Amino acid sequence: MITLSHYIVLGAVLFCIAVAGLFINRKNVIVLLMSIELMLLAVNMNFVAFSSFLGDVSGQVFVFFILTVAAAEAAIGLAILVLLFRNRSTINIADIDSMKG
Amino acid sequence: MNPQLFQLICFYAFGFVTVAAALSVITLKNTVHAVLALVLTFFSAACLWMLLDAEFLALALIVVYVGAVMVLFLFVVMMLDLDQEKLREGFVKFLPIGLIVAAAMLVEMLGLIGVRAMHTQVMGADPAATAGTSNTAWLGHALYTQYLLPFEVAALILTVGVVAAVALTLRQRGDARYESASQQVKVSPRDRVRIVKMAAERPVDETPAPPQESKS
Repeated sequence: MITLSHYIVLGAVLFCIAVAGLFINRKNVIVLLMSIELMLLAVNMNFVAFSSFLGDVSGQVFVFFILTVAAAEAAIGLAILVLLFRNRSTINIADIDSMKG
Repeated sequence: MNPQLFQLICFYAFGFVTVAAALSVITLKNTVHAVLALVLTFFSAACLWMLLDAEFLALALIVVYVGAVMVLFLFVVMMLDLDQEKLREGFVKFLPIGLIVAAAMLVEMLGLIGVRAMHTQVMGADPAATAGTSNTAWLGHALYTQYLLPFEVAALILTVGVVAAVALTLRQRGDARYESASQQVKVSPRDRVRIVKMAAERPVDETPAPPQESKS
């Protein structure tokens, strides 16, 4: 019997893996972007599980919008990445410190 | 075999593949391999959504994510000439703190979800089937009636994303030659063609032609 908690636990595990990815790959922007995609997947998993569990369509509609925004985000993020690599010849975050934030 | 037991076995199999692929996304040394592992993650997640009877979103995940976004990632990763070794610096240094933070978050979340809830809330029947339609019709009906405005805003966001991505990466090279459409339209025939007035006929020479040599 699949219960709701199965899916929620899986979403939590995926989210924590993504957080660990943000921590241990802090030099590589591409892996950071992929970790963010993993986080969005974990959240989507919860949305779909609750939508199916409660019989409410809103959760699945919201996943649809999250997919849309995530696709736009990935396109713009990768465009910025290409621009960065063209100008600085690196995507190492340690070298991208001209703003000294 | 009991269908519910089979569903559970499928859930564990797909869930295991999803978690293993997600782990390899963040640990693989080669970025191209990491992108491919992310493709596997999305694919198994789509299988899990299929188990939840969310067919439309599962297929949308494969088409939109695996088909478009991940291919974009692959393009960018293969285009950039990356120094893989330098990007791995600090991996071991930040591994403990990353693991600690992730484990703490996981324990907190699992505590919130509660182990007691694990065995009580069984998934109900497919809500779309109860309503007498397919999942796609169920979702589409809500999307085009109740959520029409957000749907159109989402379309606008995608358009802005496309324009922004093109505008960011577009560059004018100094050594390339372009045609300027506005200049081409603005030019008038007078600037390009000179019309020369001249007589239609050549004036006939007054002097008589030299006598032709007779053939012998």
